[in-house]
Amino acid sequence: MKKILAIIVMLMSSALCRADDLDIGEIIFDHVLDSYEWHITDWKGKPVAIHLPVILFDHGLKTFNSHKILETGSYGNYHIAAKGEPHEGKIVRADGSKPFDISITKNVLQLMMNALLLLVIVLLSARWYRRHDALKEHPTGIAALMEPLIMMVHDMAKENIGEEDYRRYSPYLLTVFLFILFSNFIGILPFFPGGANLTGNIACTMVLALFTFFTVNLTGTKHYYKEIFSPDVPGLLKPLMAVIEFFSALVKPISLTIRLFANMLAGHIQILCMVCIIFIMGKMGMAMTAGATAISVLFGIFLDVLEMLISFIQAYIFTMLSSIYIGMARQKAE
Amino acid sequence: MNLITPDTGLLFWMVVIFGIVFFILAKWGFPAITGMVDKRNEHISESLRLADEARERMSHLAEEQKALIAQTRQEQGRILKEAAQARSEILAQAKADAQAQTAQMVEKAREQIANERETALRDIRRQVALLSVDVAEKVLRAKLDASPEQQALIDRYVDESRSSS
Repeated sequence: MKKILAIIVMLMSSALCRADDLDIGEIIFDHVLDSYEWHITDWKGKPVAIHLPVILFDHGLKTFNSHKILETGSYGNYHIAAKGEPHEGKIVRADGSKPFDISITKNVLQLMMNALLLLVIVLLSARWYRRHDALKEHPTGIAALMEPLIMMVHDMAKENIGEEDYRRYSPYLLTVFLFILFSNFIGILPFFPGGANLTGNIACTMVLALFTFFTVNLTGTKHYYKEIFSPDVPGLLKPLMAVIEFFSALVKPISLTIRLFANMLAGHIQILCMVCIIFIMGKMGMAMTAGATAISVLFGIFLDVLEMLISFIQAYIFTMLSSIYIGMARQKAE
Repeated sequence: MNLITPDTGLLFWMVVIFGIVFFILAKWGFPAITGMVDKRNEHISESLRLADEARERMSHLAEEQKALIAQTRQEQGRILKEAAQARSEILAQAKADAQAQTAQMVEKAREQIANERETALRDIRRQVALLSVDVAEKVLRAKLDASPEQQALIDRYVDESRSSS
């Protein structure tokens, strides 16, 4: 709720600032939204950016470097949709329709790097356990770092899913947890290898929530489906309850999606707001700038630390709810 | 780009990459770690159980030892008492045996002495008889035969003289 309020306040303040030549709203949205290039910094007036490849499926595969379209705004048959158009900021055809676009955007590159990091770290820890006898020595290095996290989720799965078949689900929950945790943490980093707002992007959280949704509903027991479609209530209430149960099953992934997305997006926006205060105040004289800088740096540090806490909590909540949903679907008739 | 419309490109890549990461980690990553740690936890609880058992057995052992020592001490006392009893019995027996033997020996000695005395007396009597005969011979100046009648006469005289003496 606080996050949503923060977004509203931010939008209002950005609307107020719009009169100025510094458009804070646009700055912030440029940072939290996806883009076809990864802008790192400006050096001597020139932007330093990674130009990412554009990949389109439009009567065959079409690939080109994104800087060709970003410099002029159009390339061949394609152009970037202007503000107010249906696919604002995306590459569209001349008539405004959108081709199937699987470009390597900033978020996709971030996703690939996070996935690689996750793979390397987990496989390195797994290698420690393969090469050493865990009964005789305690884990060292990366394995010692990862073991508490992994066992926390593993035990959570055991608790929520049950002794019988938690082992089948624990790898999924572990992947989800570590993926969200890594992406959240890397998202807080303000410079290149991190900083893309991956878990604050609704597509990312939606896929994670859908994975959970399908895991829950494709491996549910008969008892679980009976509870949804034919709940144990008196005759007339039965259809009503069935509808309610059905929608509750559908709403679960939506709530998972929105919770993670809104929390991470709001966190990013809060920190960016703190940074932007410096630039707004920059026009109001030396004393104001110095004071605002001091305050916003302090608040920025506070929000960064808070965001680390939220990163962990959100990853934990997403995983815990997933395990609870799976546990509910694995219930046997008593 | 809109904030709340999911982008197809990212959806596509997310499904592909998350799927691959999940597949790799579920196959080679997590089971190796969780399996090992589970095994270790089992090992630890098993070891704790064994240690508990051993401790219990140890305390039992101490008790048993104590009982054994007490029993041994009792046995020792009993054996010592028995030994003392046996010693005194043997001593008493030996004393009794010795007494009996001594008595027997004294009896034998007495008998022997009596026999000896008898023999000696008989010798003396004969000597006395011979002496008497000699004396009588010398007195009577008569040569008497050492016939049985005379010997009997002499014996009678000697007996008379002994009973009178």
